[in-house]
Amino acid sequence: MDHLTRRRFLIASGATGAAALAIGFGTVSWGTLMGTAERDPLVGGTRILVIVTLYGGNDGINTVIPYGDPAYHDARPEFTYTADQVHPLDGELGLNPAMPGLAGLWAGNQLAIVRGVGYPKPDHSHFRSMDIWQTASPQAPINTGWIGRWLDLNGDNPTNAVNIGSVLPPLAVGATGAAAALSVGASSAFPADLATAITGLGKPDPADTPEQITVAQSYCAERTVEATFRPVLDAGTEGAAAGSKSTLAQQLTLVARCVKAGVPTTVYTVSLGGFDTHADEKATQETQLGILDTALSAFLKDMASDPNGRSVVVLAYSEFGRRVQVNASHGTDHGTAGPVFIAGVPVRGGFYGDQPSLTDLDDGDLKSTVDFRSIYSEMLSGVLKADPVTVLGGSYPGIGVLT
Amino acid sequence: MSTTDDDWRAVARLLRRTGFGATGPEIDAAIVVGPAAYLLSALTADQQSDPGVVATPAPALELLGPVGKQATAAERKAHNAALQDGLAELTRWWLRRMVAVRQPLTEKMTFCWHNHFATSRTKVRQAALLLQQNETLRTHSRGNFRTLAQAMLIDPAMLIWLDGNDNVAGAPNENLSREFIELFTLGHGDGYTEQDVREGARALTGWRLTTDGGATLNSKKHDSTAKTILGVTGNLDQTGFGDAVLAQPAAGPYVARRTYGQLISDNPPSEDVLAALTRAFQPSWDIGALLTAMLGSADFVAAQGTSVINPVEWLVGALRALQVPLTDDKRVRTLLATLDTLGQVPFDPPSVGGWPSGAAWLSTAAADTRIRAAVALTKIADLDSISAAAPSERVDAAGHLLGVAAWSARSRAVLNDAAGDPRQLVAIALNTSEYLTN
Repeated sequence: MDHLTRRRFLIASGATGAAALAIGFGTVSWGTLMGTAERDPLVGGTRILVIVTLYGGNDGINTVIPYGDPAYHDARPEFTYTADQVHPLDGELGLNPAMPGLAGLWAGNQLAIVRGVGYPKPDHSHFRSMDIWQTASPQAPINTGWIGRWLDLNGDNPTNAVNIGSVLPPLAVGATGAAAALSVGASSAFPADLATAITGLGKPDPADTPEQITVAQSYCAERTVEATFRPVLDAGTEGAAAGSKSTLAQQLTLVARCVKAGVPTTVYTVSLGGFDTHADEKATQETQLGILDTALSAFLKDMASDPNGRSVVVLAYSEFGRRVQVNASHGTDHGTAGPVFIAGVPVRGGFYGDQPSLTDLDDGDLKSTVDFRSIYSEMLSGVLKADPVTVLGGSYPGIGVLT
Repeated sequence: MSTTDDDWRAVARLLRRTGFGATGPEIDAAIVVGPAAYLLSALTADQQSDPGVVATPAPALELLGPVGKQATAAERKAHNAALQDGLAELTRWWLRRMVAVRQPLTEKMTFCWHNHFATSRTKVRQAALLLQQNETLRTHSRGNFRTLAQAMLIDPAMLIWLDGNDNVAGAPNENLSREFIELFTLGHGDGYTEQDVREGARALTGWRLTTDGGATLNSKKHDSTAKTILGVTGNLDQTGFGDAVLAQPAAGPYVARRTYGQLISDNPPSEDVLAALTRAFQPSWDIGALLTAMLGSADFVAAQGTSVINPVEWLVGALRALQVPLTDDKRVRTLLATLDTLGQVPFDPPSVGGWPSGAAWLSTAAADTRIRAAVALTKIADLDSISAAAPSERVDAAGHLLGVAAWSARSRAVLNDAAGDPRQLVAIALNTSEYLTN
């Protein structure tokens, strides 16, 4: 059965959005619908994965800085950080000056840095490389994301994974289902007649095209989200403008509220753009890393003091690192391998993977030392308690980062 | 001559795909002249005399000079505020233009080329340069793709956006070269190598912005030694680079496929259809010929309901059908905030790859935002054509107003429940599968 046929089959059989339909509008009052968070809370200790996607290709070399390596200073004249500027991690590597918060997590043994992460035959296209990271398929383009495929394994409940922001990233779309999406900012429940209409629009119709089935599915999922997240949405996010350009801090604040409320979601996806630093990189990258550092360290501090939050694992990645050599416009062009951050209470802090050489290069680019699917494999088995082989289509050794 | 439901459906689709929504009266009028004559007139219409264009002249935007290294914090703040004001004014203007224009094909194609050559205000910042690029896209929107692509290689906003103005001999910046090949003309990995990208970057070295908003070649910064790009060797400049790239056999099919994705369907064309489109398009690069081939094919009618409309199509279409006045800036700001929540603000694509498409627009958060927006819009809409109809006729009247030929049983049942309240009825109609796909 191809996937569109399968989708059609599932919706026709009522399997898709079954939770929404089972809730049964018209027979159950709004009061009864107050949140599966209250009726069906997350079991204590269930691990939660928060995925932070950094769009644009973050320059890993000026993030986890090999300040002790003369080759670093040779390759990037007037573009380097010195020992007294970085937050030293050991005698050779230090974090960008804009990242004091993550340096604190490192000192507290709750930050893992996986070095040299990439995939075979690196692609220099933002779009293809991001696609590879999000679909976990370097061999050939496919139309499901790795979290989407994990969702598919779990009975099509859209609230298992939640994207913060209206536009779904490929990461969160599976063959038969997709993650729910929440916008930051307060919203009130729809009046009953409109809610009934939405439920009606979510029903399948024999004349539907596959695209129209997807529309109907989105209304089923919207009702499920409404029932699950209403208590969280009533509050809104302080200071948040309800827009796609919500800040990373606003996105993570909403995630924190969901986690604390005990909603049954185990994957959240958030994002930050602006890392494509072909020109005048230093100031731009410091600004973006500063945003990441402030938002992430505040979130993790908050989570560490919450019973549910103590089970949160954050994974932050970008589609590639950048060229070792600086270009003439004080920037760097698209490169290959880069560092991945994994943080949270369940994380064993420290370095993982070998630091790529700055002199043994592949046409000017770093040689990757860790396959990104090893990280996903560990997140699937260690956080989501799922079989990594089914989702990744192959076996990749974990890296031992989780306690 | 009698009009069948199929005729109406086909013409409705033609108008909706070449515009922003379409109303029953517009579709009825196009049926009278016939779809082929309608398309020809849309492709050749004089935009300057369109009453909607006359009513929405482009804003006078000044290029704001650099703030200078010695500027005080207050001066920098004022400078940034002036830049933001310009961008906001520009964005409001385009939304108003898209809503006001009578014959929408030019604006629709300008928006499609904006998505194709996606350039963002977040980095360009100068509204005057974005307006200039927008006018270039509009001028060539129905014209020649080669001319348009070559113009984009030295367009000032594009030079800022993809660092062309920072690209100099000796240590070239690859950004513009790479995205021109990968996203604007050939498609990812199709027939080129990393070496071609790097050589292309050398051909594009030396361009600088001028203080009056133009671009000029500084020969001292241009690499005038020989390059080899896609098998063409010589002292290639930006024109030579563009021509070498467009001479590739992959160029025609790539641009045709991407345009098909924007106008016809979220599903790719069959190989036969793509071959026919490519024959119509390459090597003349005549956009009108490409559109005529696409919109006239049997494939076009068969693809009914396979294109998820994007937030701009949705909102502009609703504003046009509901005749919502946009004289108030505050109202336009609110509408743009809705587009922001839905993830598609003109002049603000998420990346040089443009906006996503298809199911990406159908998240639960989008459903929520869209329904709230529709409820708000119908409160300020002109719904006389619905209110005047008997309640039993209103569901069909709503379909006619929004250019929907027929409701599914599912949607009709939901709409029937709302027939007593024209505002609620239309708010729901704007969120049906039939309206959200096309």
